[in-house]
Amino acid sequence: MKYALLIYETPESFDNRRSPNANEPMLAAWRVYYRSLVDAGIYVGGDPLHAPEMGTTVRVTGGKRAIQDGPYADTKEQLGGFIILELPSLDSAIEWASRCPATSIGAVEVRPLAPDVKARIEV
Amino acid sequence: MTDPRRDAHRAIEAVARHSYGRLVAYLASRTHDVAGAEDALGDALVAALTKWPSDGVPNSPEAWLLTTARNRLIDRNRHHRVRERVRERVHNEDALELLSHGVEEPMQADPFPDDRLKLLFVCAHPAIDPAMHTPLMLQAVLGLDAAAIARAFVVAPTTMSQRLVRAKAKIRETGIAFEVPEADQLGERLEAVLNAVYAAFGSGWDAIPGIDSASVGLTDEAIWLARVLSERLPDEPEVRGLLALMLYCDARRAARRGSDGRFIPLSEQDPARWDSASIAEAERELVLAGAAYRPGRFQLEAAIQSAHAERARTGVTDWSAIATLYEGLVRLAPTLGAQVGRAAAVAEVHGAAMALALLDDIDAQAASYQPYWAVRAHLLQRLARIGEAEAAFDRAVHLATDPAVRSFLQRSRNARPHLG
Repeated sequence: MKYALLIYETPESFDNRRSPNANEPMLAAWRVYYRSLVDAGIYVGGDPLHAPEMGTTVRVTGGKRAIQDGPYADTKEQLGGFIILELPSLDSAIEWASRCPATSIGAVEVRPLAPDVKARIEV
Repeated sequence: MTDPRRDAHRAIEAVARHSYGRLVAYLASRTHDVAGAEDALGDALVAALTKWPSDGVPNSPEAWLLTTARNRLIDRNRHHRVRERVRERVHNEDALELLSHGVEEPMQADPFPDDRLKLLFVCAHPAIDPAMHTPLMLQAVLGLDAAAIARAFVVAPTTMSQRLVRAKAKIRETGIAFEVPEADQLGERLEAVLNAVYAAFGSGWDAIPGIDSASVGLTDEAIWLARVLSERLPDEPEVRGLLALMLYCDARRAARRGSDGRFIPLSEQDPARWDSASIAEAERELVLAGAAYRPGRFQLEAAIQSAHAERARTGVTDWSAIATLYEGLVRLAPTLGAQVGRAAAVAEVHGAAMALALLDDIDAQAASYQPYWAVRAHLLQRLARIGEAEAAFDRAVHLATDPAVRSFLQRSRNARPHLG
């Protein structure tokens, strides 16, 4: 099964990305983590995202387009990236999520991909 | 003269009672689909009801049910694929493939593998809402229907049934592993399983006069689950501790009520009415648990009940030993129940004033905790603080759900205080 690890970060963690010194320990941890995912042969894909203030939210209501500056949900911790992994069970996904560097500063949500929904789109 | 119809019905009832959980566990642990396994087994039981009376009861009723249920699962999966034109998840297909080849052979020789432990760990998985751990166990392992579970948990049947459907969907769709956790996780995961089993039992708090257990009260079911656990995990002392605790409390079931249905607190119970076989079994379990030298919450709670059970032999209650055990329990697991229990024991050893001070310390957390008010009321009464005692009794009565406990509290409220 494929699982998405959705990485939620604090505002401080997003800020740290802009100061190389403060960010270096975190980046070092991420390098090790990324390497271990690839070496385990479970890494499918993923990417970090820009900070939430770089987000633009689009809605269309009754044919009318509404564009709004900022992220969809106005919460303290925001989606900062995602990783897709191929794993046998939720338990192994939780195990890998608990090793993710982001767990020490934010949170990681584990969510299975929904291939059956995708199959209905890819006809 | 035997009646084949009655024999068949009896055989179905027996196999359903003894093997339901094993059959569901076996099927679900291979497909990750608890609801699908339950439905398929339900169909197989219906098929047995029509076939066995005419064809006779098969040599191995379990094997017959498993084969029939497995075929239903495979059929249903095929239909589902054709209708939806959606590829099923790969491991499901593999599992069904496996099921269709691998079931017959091992079944003939020996009982098929017992996967109930895996199923119990799935039901109490940390990814499942803790409030659903017990209902899931009761349904998947014991086959209780949603309406019966809803009654025990005092929620609407449709609400309970929706929650069960949702929890089973989460097990299936997120791929929760059907496995016994590794040693480094076992302790924590087992705690969740034990808590869920104990939640089905409710509590055996007749130890304190006027405590309403507000219990779920599925005592036989909970003891049965604990026996499954102790059979599969014989080296885990807390499993035996929990089984012992529930057996001690259950041994007093008959003594807890008068012939007129009146509630009788532990201190006024006639030990001759306790079930000595249950107490003996509890003692054996507790001794075996203690041999591991790994004390825990349930072993301590069982030890407290063991001390109470001693009265059957000695005629007196060793409150000082009980207070010491509560001290340990509060240090290990400072639940409200343990703290209130300790206060009640301290009252017997050191007097009501010291006990009341212990209750004052937890005042803020206990506003709607019935046992707190019942014990508080009795302590205030013993200290002759009649007005406060009456107010506390009123709160305890208001919070109690068992009518027998309510009338016991009302009787105590109006009784003449005995100073102590």
